[in-house]
Amino acid sequence: MTAQARIIEMEGIRKVYDTGKVKVEALKGIDLVVTPGEFVAIVGPSGSGKSTLMNLVGCLDTPTNGRYRLAGEDVSKFGRDDLADVRNRRVGFVFQGFNLLPQISAFENVEMPLVFGGVSPRERKRRVEELLSRVGLGDRMEHKPTELSGGQMQRVAIARALAMKPDVLLADEPTGNLDSSAGGDIMELFSELWKQGGTVVVITHDMTLARRASRIVEIHDGRIVTDKPAAA
Amino acid sequence: MRARDVSVVLHLFSRSARLQKKRATLTIASIAWGTVTILLLLAFGEGLKRQLSTNEKAMGENLAIHWPGATSRVWKGLPEGRPIRPRIDDIEALRERIPEADVWGEMRTGRTNLTYGRKTVNGQLSGVNWIYGDPRKHYPRPGGRFLNARDEEEKRRVVFLGYEMAEDLFGKEDPVGKTLLINNSPFTVIGVMQKKTQTSAYGGQDKNHAVIPITTFKAVMGRDNLWVLVIHARRSEEMEAVLAHANEVMAARYGYDPKDDHVWGIWNTVKGQAVGDKIRLGMEIFFGIIGALTLVIGCVGVANIMYAVVKERTREIGVKMALGARRGWITGPFLLEGMLYTFVGGLAGAAIAIVIVTMLDMIPQEGARVLQFMGKPTLSWPIGAATVAILGTAGLLAGYFPARRAAAIDPAATLRYE
Repeated sequence: MTAQARIIEMEGIRKVYDTGKVKVEALKGIDLVVTPGEFVAIVGPSGSGKSTLMNLVGCLDTPTNGRYRLAGEDVSKFGRDDLADVRNRRVGFVFQGFNLLPQISAFENVEMPLVFGGVSPRERKRRVEELLSRVGLGDRMEHKPTELSGGQMQRVAIARALAMKPDVLLADEPTGNLDSSAGGDIMELFSELWKQGGTVVVITHDMTLARRASRIVEIHDGRIVTDKPAAA
Repeated sequence: MRARDVSVVLHLFSRSARLQKKRATLTIASIAWGTVTILLLLAFGEGLKRQLSTNEKAMGENLAIHWPGATSRVWKGLPEGRPIRPRIDDIEALRERIPEADVWGEMRTGRTNLTYGRKTVNGQLSGVNWIYGDPRKHYPRPGGRFLNARDEEEKRRVVFLGYEMAEDLFGKEDPVGKTLLINNSPFTVIGVMQKKTQTSAYGGQDKNHAVIPITTFKAVMGRDNLWVLVIHARRSEEMEAVLAHANEVMAARYGYDPKDDHVWGIWNTVKGQAVGDKIRLGMEIFFGIIGALTLVIGCVGVANIMYAVVKERTREIGVKMALGARRGWITGPFLLEGMLYTFVGGLAGAAIAIVIVTMLDMIPQEGARVLQFMGKPTLSWPIGAATVAILGTAGLLAGYFPARRAAAIDPAATLRYE
């Protein structure tokens, strides 16, 4: 397997938060490789370092030590604007709290990363319409987030995450804020995206969602304790 | 900055939430208030400055009034304490030797009876050379004139009146062409002085005296000694040289040491003008600083509100960052918003200030004694440019600091579900 075939390649990643007097070591040496087409679930109790890992994988933060290559690019030492570009092109985020911009429509929310990516208005319109139809919201494009249900909001968020055709879809407890029916729909959507060839990394402690993944990575106290294919 | 940055910032700006109406209105109002304050202060300052300058210059500019005195040094065998008494023929001699300046003499009596009909006024009578008129700002009212060369040559019995003396003698009547008696000799009134507000003078206000040709004065009063000798430099920079030259000429004619500074008591108005200019400049700076501070308070208000907005929108900013917004794309809309409020507020303030100044301008200055000294508030281009510069800077700062805080937001910290 060549390096180019690895989407995520982490080596000896450490992250230390310096909160004045106390130094907290959130990650104590993580080695993680994700290849295209994998559906990885990262599980672990709260405080285990999953969120820190998610921030690093998503290039929202940089590691204290270690090397991180995202789609072959070493991003460990990138500056803020370069990281912003990497997030825009390579990572699609889905959050527990949806994090849609409340004052603009579903259409404009999905359009936002395309604006950052410098996509032409015409191409933006075409792609946003296609994506919203794909998540089943073709008839809700002009609705504001407050006019949508939780499940619908999360689907807008997924459409937004997919807008720039990212290398990896990164989700943090995507069903954590939904009832079981809406949560089930979202899980189904993730499975579909994976089956269509997408790479998905989900952080969750919802084991029903984790079991849909192709691989489960368990973190405890800043270290990977188990890393194995999900039981079929 | 690339074209893409501009288009992204404009896109975000057009889709970002505006302030609530009430907040926006208050913000704009505070900027408008600051702008009105600074503009009015500067306008009043400018008006006052111009008026003070006009009033101070109402006596004339670049004048050196020489009062004759006595020598204080022994010179070429002549004793000290000798009085020097310049006469009319000295004027001609000085004019020949210093053609670059105007020279005239003045004679006067303190208490002279001027009679018109049954009315007699006890006033001041001045005999002057006719060139006195322009540099001493004795401008005639329409229908009259000041003394001229022929009046002086022919020792005509003509008189030019200060406007208050004219009113005392003639009331509402037009004095021009009328005959009055000065020390029981008939004189024809040839002109009356235009009104002016005069704040400096030697030997009384111009509005209160009657002026006749110096040759006539000599003939009627039988005097040849000048009360004062006045030298008018055409340009203020030339004054020192002209004075030195004139002193040499007179020292040679009267035989005194040119270094003897007791011979003449000299009032050189150029020196006073320089001091006055500095005072007026200081005044303007003072007004400007007060106005600018008021405006700064308005901008602190804008910055404060923008800070609050940044805080409110922290999560949105974090989301945009996660989606790939660069720092400039986050700060740009805040800068634009800050400048927008400053611009609208500044425009509103300027409009209000212009209306106020225009309305004040409609108040007639005649009769309003305060305005004769205060002057009229005046808006000028330099004032406008200064205000725009201050507003622009303040607007940028009002947006810049909150925007910088926005750019410093850590997206990782804001995106967690709470």
